[in-house]
Amino acid sequence: MQNAERPVFELVDVEKVFQVRKPGQRFGRQTVGLHALDGVRLSVGQGASLALVGESGSGKSTLLRVLLGLDAPTNGQALYRGRAIREARAGGSDFARDVAMVYQDARGSLNPRMTIGALLAEPLRRFAVVPEAQIGARVEQLLTRVGLPADAAARYPAALSGGQVRRVAIARALASEPSVLVADEAVSGLDVSTQAQLLSLLRRLQQEMGLTLVFITHDLGVASYLCENIAIMYLGRIVETGPTDAVLAAPAHPYTAALRAAAPSFFQPIAEPLPGEIPSPLDLPAGCRFSGRCPRVQGDCHASDPYLARAGEGRSVACLHPLASPQASALAGTFQD
Amino acid sequence: MTLVEPARRGARSIFLRRPFFTLALLVAVGYVLAAIFAPLVAPYDPVAQDFNAMMQAPSGAHLMGTDSYGQDILSRVIFGARYALIIGFFAVAIGAIGGLIVGLAAGLSGGWVEWALMRLIDSILALPSLILAVAFIAILGQGVDKVVIAVGLSMIGPFARTVRADVLQVRVQLFVEAAGLMAIPRAVIIWRHILPNVIYPLAVQVTIRISEAILVSSSLSFLGIGVTPPTPDWGLMIAEGRAFVSFAAWMSAMPGFALALLLIALSIVGDGIREEFDPKLKGKA
Ligand SMILES: Nc1ncnc2c1ncn2[C@@H]1O[C@H](COP(=O)(O)OP(=O)(O)OP(=O)(O)O)[C@@H](O)[C@H]1O
Ligand code: SF4
Ligand SMILES: [Mg+2]
Repeated sequence: MQNAERPVFELVDVEKVFQVRKPGQRFGRQTVGLHALDGVRLSVGQGASLALVGESGSGKSTLLRVLLGLDAPTNGQALYRGRAIREARAGGSDFARDVAMVYQDARGSLNPRMTIGALLAEPLRRFAVVPEAQIGARVEQLLTRVGLPADAAARYPAALSGGQVRRVAIARALASEPSVLVADEAVSGLDVSTQAQLLSLLRRLQQEMGLTLVFITHDLGVASYLCENIAIMYLGRIVETGPTDAVLAAPAHPYTAALRAAAPSFFQPIAEPLPGEIPSPLDLPAGCRFSGRCPRVQGDCHASDPYLARAGEGRSVACLHPLASPQASALAGTFQD
Repeated sequence: MTLVEPARRGARSIFLRRPFFTLALLVAVGYVLAAIFAPLVAPYDPVAQDFNAMMQAPSGAHLMGTDSYGQDILSRVIFGARYALIIGFFAVAIGAIGGLIVGLAAGLSGGWVEWALMRLIDSILALPSLILAVAFIAILGQGVDKVVIAVGLSMIGPFARTVRADVLQVRVQLFVEAAGLMAIPRAVIIWRHILPNVIYPLAVQVTIRISEAILVSSSLSFLGIGVTPPTPDWGLMIAEGRAFVSFAAWMSAMPGFALALLLIALSIVGDGIREEFDPKLKGKA
């Protein structure tokens, strides 16, 4: 229990480089490094809730894979309660029971040849969550909790709709009674009422059981409803973190500001965030990776690459010329309204 | 909340939705019943020679005529179904079980083990199963049991190849990774998550390949190197009648017709089963 005060997850300058074939060479053997993650710093405390937001290809899923120990970081340290994540995963079933995952592709994460009941019973048995005789009752309870009828247990995933399959994936993740839930777009693409139902379920679990949440989303509304903290990713780096409301109310990074402007109303996926093409991660611009699209770009932005650094109460930003002091606007928001 | 029911839709009415499948299934079942109850349904002893009734054309007494030894062709065709189905079934069982083991090992091992197994499969697969079966017969000798083993061994290659392809496809599926995330032991993952997703396509293959095994075994008999006379084997009967085809065509035609009808029926049944139960051919919900 001496680990209780250590953050659940801690990433120190994590890099993940994939070797991919050189573009334009279809047959060659030459590879180049693709920096899917590049200098990621992140800390997730016990009971915290973090939303990961960013354009497609910014490295969100890769970050989750590193957190789960599925991918080893190429450089830097990835820690789970003070221990290297890969080590924690290899060292027994505690990590597997404690950290549960909901996949972006929920249907693909469920064995099509198993009934919903068998799928939910698998973690219950594996971790001996309840005695064998109570497994049926617990499966029913899990189904009820995510708003599915008890008779769904006898069905196969192919007989369920997309939204129902999502609920099953969430129910299975909760079966092992984890303290950390990691979810990749767990509610996107669902209709509004289903989304609201699942979000309120997650929020309840978080409040009642102190569940730690890491939640990838495209939707700033979901982020602000569910997560106290937010991390904005751009091309493999977290460019701004902080309390969700403060960051969204007064963005410090020009990219956050642009995202915010592109999603004027919450609970709508970000449509077209920004003008300009997102550069290829194979060929990052010199200096700041956002310099090609940044409205505030200045001469020194092309020269040095800003790292995530503290900027006010609980906030960090990776920008040489951040927008109006976030502290001031946060205070303004709190005291003078 | 109500659940959609695409899987159950019309599960009972498959026989109505697929009339050719139903017809083919009835034919195949008819063959199986004839084979099982051959001594009861066959009008004569299949190996009883009657030199007073040689090479008779089909008539009331001999519905399919008689051969050059005066044996009743209908009775021989009925008993022949026994040999055809037994050889087909057991040969495919050997091929499917051997192919499952080799294919699983190749698909799950990786590295040099996979390389070695695949070279072995490739070198075997490069030969058509008939040629390979001839080679095994040359080693094993003739007889029904030898034919079963030879044809079975010659089918391990094709089965192993499809099993391996399925394993490679299944083992990278998200649900396999998800099971690993739940710290499910590897042996259990193979047994519970990989095997069932490989077995079902394999079972479909089995129904299709039984007809291939029957064809290969009949070809062996036709070539005179499979089952030995006077066993009532279709391939053997076709070969025996070949010399008389110009004036006693029924001697080859009757067993040939029996063989063709069974093969067609089995392949229609196999196709029907595949289309009905292969999730890849069905639109996913
Ligand atoms: N296994 C891999 N091999 C090579 N490149 C990869 C691999 N996985 C991810 N990448 C690359 O890394 C970058 C980040 O991918 P990632 O899947 O993490 O993005 P994402 O933010 O989750 O996107 P999305 O919102 O579309 O899911 C992309 O450029 C992607 O092409
Ligand atoms: S460092 Fe410069 S280019 Fe980069 S975001 Fe800040 S102002 Fe824009
Ligand atoms: Mg993703």
